[in-house]
Amino acid sequence: MCDTCGCNVTEGNRHLIEGDGKLAQTESGKEAISVLQGLLSENDRLAAHNREHFDRHGVLALNLMSSPGSGKTRLLEETIAALAGELRIAVVEGDLETENDAQRIRDRGVQAVQITTGTACHLDAHMVHKALHQIDLDTIDILFIENVGNLVCPASFDLGQHRNITLLSVTEGDDKPAKYPVMFRAADLMLVSKSDLLAVLDDFAPNKAERHLRELASTAPVFTLSAKSGDGMASWFDWLHAQHDAIAERVASGETVRPAVQPDGQLLHAHNHDHEHSHDGHD
Amino acid sequence: MHELAVCQGLMNQVEQIARRENAECVTRILLSVGPLSGVEAQLLIDAFPIAAAGTIAQGAELTIEEQPVRVKCLSCDAESDARPNRLLCGSCGDFRTRLISGDEMMLMSLELERRENA
Repeated sequence: MCDTCGCNVTEGNRHLIEGDGKLAQTESGKEAISVLQGLLSENDRLAAHNREHFDRHGVLALNLMSSPGSGKTRLLEETIAALAGELRIAVVEGDLETENDAQRIRDRGVQAVQITTGTACHLDAHMVHKALHQIDLDTIDILFIENVGNLVCPASFDLGQHRNITLLSVTEGDDKPAKYPVMFRAADLMLVSKSDLLAVLDDFAPNKAERHLRELASTAPVFTLSAKSGDGMASWFDWLHAQHDAIAERVASGETVRPAVQPDGQLLHAHNHDHEHSHDGHD
Repeated sequence: MHELAVCQGLMNQVEQIARRENAECVTRILLSVGPLSGVEAQLLIDAFPIAAAGTIAQGAELTIEEQPVRVKCLSCDAESDARPNRLLCGSCGDFRTRLISGDEMMLMSLELERRENA
């Protein structure tokens, strides 16, 4: 935590602690303690720990987010089949209930751990950390974390992933990025999925979806694809290869990578994990 | 509705700090929240009494400073106000901007009463 040196004072909050700012003054009889921590600093600490764990094993961790029913699991099924022999994959599945998605992935012959969140609308770093105990990271190249289908809450919780991928299926509106700016702004890659249905859903325009994404100041690539027909999947596979190839380089230079956009608190709490990995105290 | 989870995380932080400061009670909590953080100020305020019940911050006043959405243009350098779903430069219209305010989700300060003879 950095609550002393002031490095987490940003242009947005500086006025609060300077001059006549609210935090510069202390009411009589009570003591004001300046804190300046991200609200999710405990989650962020565990997320940094997860990320360090991935880096140490040379595993690329990808967080897959979207509405329910946009085709995340189907995309993974086809990706596992197509990349067999090239990239070794494991999956963490997040749903409120059932093992169904994990079972679909296991049927493709890869490791899958199901997290059932009960009523929680998102995964957090702690849940992912627990799931990691059941995955042998030495035997995989990419870990997909399929988040709970929800365009709101998952965007606020860092899991330790390297990249965020947001799916937008053509059965939804092409203005979804404008309606859910926090989620789409977090995307390092946007996939317009179920493109085989574009022929019958002529009110969805992929270029409009991309324009709405750009209006969030996002430079993330956009691929339009169909896991069912295979159209457009090559760009997705190339992207995965490129991201994975970049890992060896990163590990050699001792650096890590985070999603391009992170909530303020996470961005400001860059962690220096010098300690050896240990699971003590996290469960 | 992840605001309750966010509030519970906040209570852990507040309790840690209160212990460290040898506080008897926490009377006020100041947060800084922007619309692009993904949390709703009003929902935090609604969730707060539930999360704070039985903690050292029970009965504390929760104040939330809502931050404006501001961007700095990477092309013309201008700073301007923006909307959460339209982060374009207000001066030249370029989409390549950097957010300089609006995604905060920060615990700014606590006001507390210390124990006597601490």
